[in-house]
Amino acid sequence: MGAGPALVSLTLNINGTDHTIQSDPDTPLIFVLRDELKLKGAKLGCGLEQCGCCAVLADGAVTLSCATPAAVFEGKAIVTIEGIGARPTGAAVQDAFVAASAAQCGYCTAGLVVAVTGLLEANPAPSRDQTAEALTPHLCRCGSHPRVFRAVEIAAATADG
Amino acid sequence: MSLEAAPLVRDWLGVAMDPSGDRAVIRTGKVDLGQRISTALIRIASEELTLPPDRITVAPVRTGTAPDEGITSGSNSVEQSGHALRCATATAREAAAALAAQDLGLDAARLTLQDGVFSAPGGANRIDLLPLIARLNPALAVNASLPASARRAHDARLAPRGLRAMVEGRYAFIQDLELPGMWHARVVRPPHALAHLTALDPEAVAAVEETGQRVIRDGSFLAVAGPAEWPVLRAAARLARGCDWDRGDGLPEGAPFARLDSDPAISLPVARGGKPEEGPLPPPLEGATHSLRFERPYTLHGSLGPSAALAVWEGDRLCLTTHSQGIYPLRESIADSLGLELAAVEITHHPAAGCYGHNGADDAAFEAALIARALPGTPVLLKWTREDEHAWEPAAPAMAIDVAARVEDGRITAWSGETRGDTHRGRPRPGPGRAGPQRLLANRFRADPMAPYSGQPNMNRHGGLHRNLDPIYDFDRRRLVKHLVPDGPVRSSALRCLGALANVWAIESLMDQIAGETGQDPIAFRLAHLDDPRAIAVLEGLRDGLGPAPEGRGIAYAQYKNAQTRCGVAVDLTVTDRAELRLDRIEMVADAGRIVDEDGLRAQLEGGALQGASWALYEEVRWDRDGMLTRDWDSYPVIRFDNIPRIAITLIDRPEDPSVGAGEASPPPTVAAIANAVHAATGLRLRRMPFTPDALQKAALED
Repeated sequence: MGAGPALVSLTLNINGTDHTIQSDPDTPLIFVLRDELKLKGAKLGCGLEQCGCCAVLADGAVTLSCATPAAVFEGKAIVTIEGIGARPTGAAVQDAFVAASAAQCGYCTAGLVVAVTGLLEANPAPSRDQTAEALTPHLCRCGSHPRVFRAVEIAAATADG
Repeated sequence: MSLEAAPLVRDWLGVAMDPSGDRAVIRTGKVDLGQRISTALIRIASEELTLPPDRITVAPVRTGTAPDEGITSGSNSVEQSGHALRCATATAREAAAALAAQDLGLDAARLTLQDGVFSAPGGANRIDLLPLIARLNPALAVNASLPASARRAHDARLAPRGLRAMVEGRYAFIQDLELPGMWHARVVRPPHALAHLTALDPEAVAAVEETGQRVIRDGSFLAVAGPAEWPVLRAAARLARGCDWDRGDGLPEGAPFARLDSDPAISLPVARGGKPEEGPLPPPLEGATHSLRFERPYTLHGSLGPSAALAVWEGDRLCLTTHSQGIYPLRESIADSLGLELAAVEITHHPAAGCYGHNGADDAAFEAALIARALPGTPVLLKWTREDEHAWEPAAPAMAIDVAARVEDGRITAWSGETRGDTHRGRPRPGPGRAGPQRLLANRFRADPMAPYSGQPNMNRHGGLHRNLDPIYDFDRRRLVKHLVPDGPVRSSALRCLGALANVWAIESLMDQIAGETGQDPIAFRLAHLDDPRAIAVLEGLRDGLGPAPEGRGIAYAQYKNAQTRCGVAVDLTVTDRAELRLDRIEMVADAGRIVDEDGLRAQLEGGALQGASWALYEEVRWDRDGMLTRDWDSYPVIRFDNIPRIAITLIDRPEDPSVGAGEASPPPTVAAIANAVHAATGLRLRRMPFTPDALQKAALED
């Protein structure tokens, strides 16, 4: 294969499981998730942390994975869209998105489900303004925003009930 | 149209025999772009065949097996594919009933069909529909005169196809495809569309190829491919540093609107009904009392997922997976570009992020084919970057519209509308002068470069530039002119609504202006110029649903192409002390004929309103001589969650009327209603999009 950048060994905890991989230390997390681990739920939308398609939870905080090197995530508990349904709030959010038909093309959806889960875990009853603030880093180009607001209301009503 | 190309029942409907239960397989040439066409088609088949939706599947949309329905565009899919499928499934049902009657020795009229089972009176003698359909004569032609079934599936809620997988991250977009031995690829772009690659540093190439990756060059088309994605991105950056580009004179600078007046144009009169004609232009409007000019900049599709394509060459045969909206026209243009027989190219559609028109999909498909040709037998997944998509997708062309009216006794008696802009027809459709290949981006840069496509006027009724130029209102006289100004500074093509967005904005702004100046209520003023009872019902419904008007309320009405969905919109907004527009509320009433998929219809109208709002408030492509300046979501902002109004939609169902397209109905009147609301709030008549704080301040100074 010839000379590429020197690889380092990284251990990442993803959806409750440790994965040890050899990686160029600059590789953003999303390429490790999608390319190495074949977890393709997180989407690459910009690579610039401008659109939110790549969101994951890192120690419970909504975090964009498209620009920050995977090495930065060592020692953190990473939850991707593939693992979000194992959390009670995440499962409620997924059901709420279906109930509200809160997607058209669906490219933003995985990032939004992660973001709404992170929001509701921190604030189980957000106001509309709080929801708007939490989701403003996320783009939806199809205009499903009103349905996403509705999904947040549904999930908030069911997650703790 | 769809039935002319695919006249047989079996072109549209098949049966999959399956131990877990037989399923109807419907075929379509129209593709899912997030607009849920396949969900609508499943509903239609479900109504006609009485089958539950989970017993109906949609076949892959692939050249050779899918009906050739041209391009998924123009809000035509329900009218074309939906109509064809409704007729095909109804024909199959009737023919199957005849077979059932024969088998049972009964009169077909005595059979009832329920849940896909024929039965005789009393429930005896049951016989399944699908095995009968499998036995139908393969030459059975679709009977296009059968009426739509009285059965309505839309009460039963049907989750959009793929939604559960989307929320769980399992829905595979084209960007997620993975084949054994697959490589990834990226293109190394020129600084701008007029630049050429004069030298490529051999050390850069060697540094990349040493790592087992491959550099592919064809003239100024440069790409890199390799087995893993991130190293390919790094290699593309390394190669970019090794390129010498001849930038020529750079991109043409200057205001795009001034050149719409000064550059050579192809000018045509447009007849009442929206059809351009050859012939002399009509004389100017005499006695005009009002006139205004409106300008819309180049705007982007801005797909959230950058374009991608998967290509593999097996010998001289090319297999492509694409999110193009037109697999058959794309196949012709790619085959022509590469000197291949049509049969040597197979193209399959695979969903990607919403495209809203002709984005980078077709260009990415052709580029993937070029790259994969250098790697025979290796599947290559090419992804565009965010910067590729922003800087290289074909934009909606800048437009300028001059509208004028003669008002007598508070009524408009004569109207003039002139619309200007470059082509909306950038899709790689075959045409004279190898117009198909000319419209594939990479053909400009290959070793034997092709000149870019120069726009030719669309002569169709309500075609691109003159879509909705003809006002829907009842004016005694009207003069309509289109000026196609080709060869603009930015490559242009079809974006949701095409010319209708700016044309409706211009018409509805002048309507609003005249209503205000003559002291008339904006809805009453429109009603006074309408005689279509369905239009009147929409506007009366809108009026009756509105509460007291806040300061900033605007109204607009349009019927897409004057033939599809009727849509009335009211927007309430607030202008902040920083001159930002806060969208508070959108009320909409729409009539799309017979409703097929109510939730999908609402989603299209709602999403369209927000996309229209985004174009209106935020979006403008900018460039200078060195290249595009709008290359990401910071330099080209779009609407976000912090400015989403409450939206309420009232639908008028017309079970006896044909279902008409709705995907592009709401953005034009929404943009116009926003502009009219700004006027109500501030007295400023905004005549250039986007309506940014700067634009408001500028309008205030000009006022």
